[in-house]
Amino acid sequence: MAALEQRLIRPLYSLGRYALLLSKGFTSLGHFSVYRKNLIVQCGRVGIDSIPIVALAAAFSGAVTTVQTAYQLVSPFIPPSVIGAVVVPSLILELGAVVTGFILAGRVGARIAAELGTMRVTEQIDALEAMGLNSIGYLIVPRIMAGIIMFPVLYVTAVLVGVGGGLAAAVATDVVSTGEFIRGARENYLVFGPMFGLIKSFVFGFVITSISCYMGYYTEGGAEGVGRSTTQAAVISCVYILLSDLVLALVLL
Amino acid sequence: MICVENISKSFNGRAVLRDVSLEMQEGETLAIIGRSGSGKSVLMKHAIGLLQPDKGRVLVDGIDIGRISYRELRTVRRQFGVLFQGGALFDSMSAFDNVAFPIRTFTDSTEQQVRDRVLRCLDLVNLSDVGTKRPSELSGGMIKRVALARAVALEPRYILYDEPTSGLDPHTSTTINNLIKGLADQLDVTSIVVTHDMRSVLSIAHRVAFIHRTRMHWVGDIDALHRSEDRTLRAFVKANEYAIGHPAQAYS
Ligand SMILES: Nc1ncnc2c1ncn2[C@@H]1O[C@H](COP(=O)(O)OP(=O)(O)O)[C@@H](O)[C@H]1O
Ligand SMILES: [Mg+2]
Repeated sequence: MAALEQRLIRPLYSLGRYALLLSKGFTSLGHFSVYRKNLIVQCGRVGIDSIPIVALAAAFSGAVTTVQTAYQLVSPFIPPSVIGAVVVPSLILELGAVVTGFILAGRVGARIAAELGTMRVTEQIDALEAMGLNSIGYLIVPRIMAGIIMFPVLYVTAVLVGVGGGLAAAVATDVVSTGEFIRGARENYLVFGPMFGLIKSFVFGFVITSISCYMGYYTEGGAEGVGRSTTQAAVISCVYILLSDLVLALVLL
Repeated sequence: MICVENISKSFNGRAVLRDVSLEMQEGETLAIIGRSGSGKSVLMKHAIGLLQPDKGRVLVDGIDIGRISYRELRTVRRQFGVLFQGGALFDSMSAFDNVAFPIRTFTDSTEQQVRDRVLRCLDLVNLSDVGTKRPSELSGGMIKRVALARAVALEPRYILYDEPTSGLDPHTSTTINNLIKGLADQLDVTSIVVTHDMRSVLSIAHRVAFIHRTRMHWVGDIDALHRSEDRTLRAFVKANEYAIGHPAQAYS
């Protein structure tokens, strides 16, 4: 009975605390000047620093999708331009955002949780509060803002690099010419596609940063607790990326 | 004046404080003593609303800090300077920026004024050449002194010290004790010192509050402490007098 109660109440408790954290952070903000510097720093860490790894992963996703599409679809009856028609929309609709999301869940999520968790267990968060500062607003708001500002930028980067990777793989393996690839992509172009991808990346940016902030901010139990928060931040972010991906597809498509 | 009235606090069903009351007079230095894990830090955190009591209330200058908005609570907190047990310096900033942080955040000082003030605070704790160092490059004693400089940067009315001398060598402990005493005299502040270092208690405190087994076991001034016949208190005082300079007490 107690175990069942625990199972039912625990998630509700977490959800409530998560909602409170966000509302407390965004409602009692002080002067923007206090947060501005922090926001710029965070944008650098979340966004600029992540570009290399995101580009690398995107290039490979594009290349692999191309090679596999070629392997599965191309026959004398199907024109090779179909490769472009499959690869580019996949990147725009799904891969660009999701691959970026997974990478950032590990990279940015773990970092945020470790940083805030360490600040919690070394009483730095208490110190901010004791000074009379809104620690949630000061620490969490810039990180979430950086996430929702920089994530779409990373998404666009991922799509562009991914298409480049796909094209390069196509040309290198000689399954389709550049012209055919682009023609396929254009014929199958969905006007709503990039919009959908951007909305997704925006949501993922929020999901990852807010969950990781939550995990880090409420860390308990010393160095071990920081380790726990860090892994949980990455894992739970990934789960919620998948969930929100599905929900957005159901709602928007 | 800070009044703690009948507060009780448990964590995960385990009582840490039961029905604890304490009054801190204006301008005095009050030491809170007790074994490690007896809830001294927990009590201190209640005084500035970092923890909320399960029962009872805390009054700061007559204001029940459990019943005011978060915004008002933050205003109340600005009258406090807190020295946390491990210093709690922001490790993303240099020592100088740590001390400058409250000044930059809460005053409209120019960068020159900030500089002057930070240097004065660092001077107060006998540190003038650590400014550019990161907390990770400082020794334990230096961290505590920088943290102390940060705590007094905005000239608080109340200063809370959580184990200011624990983990420090006797020489540095004496320096810190003198600083606490000096600040109490110079700035005319009310100080609360959480400690188990009896030497420190005897040299700086006016009054002593002893927490034992979740309760406020004994409260009185230094003279009363010397005369007290209370066996638990005597045992505690004696044990900690012997322990001075003993490494085992450093982290308790
Ligand atoms: N935030 C917290 N969550 C759970 N338990 C806590 C918390 N803070 C303190 N405790 C527990 O309360 C007890 C008293 O802690 P504390 O006040 O830090 O002792 P000390 O007298 O050494 O300062 C300890 O057993 C500690 O584990
Ligand atoms: Mg303590």
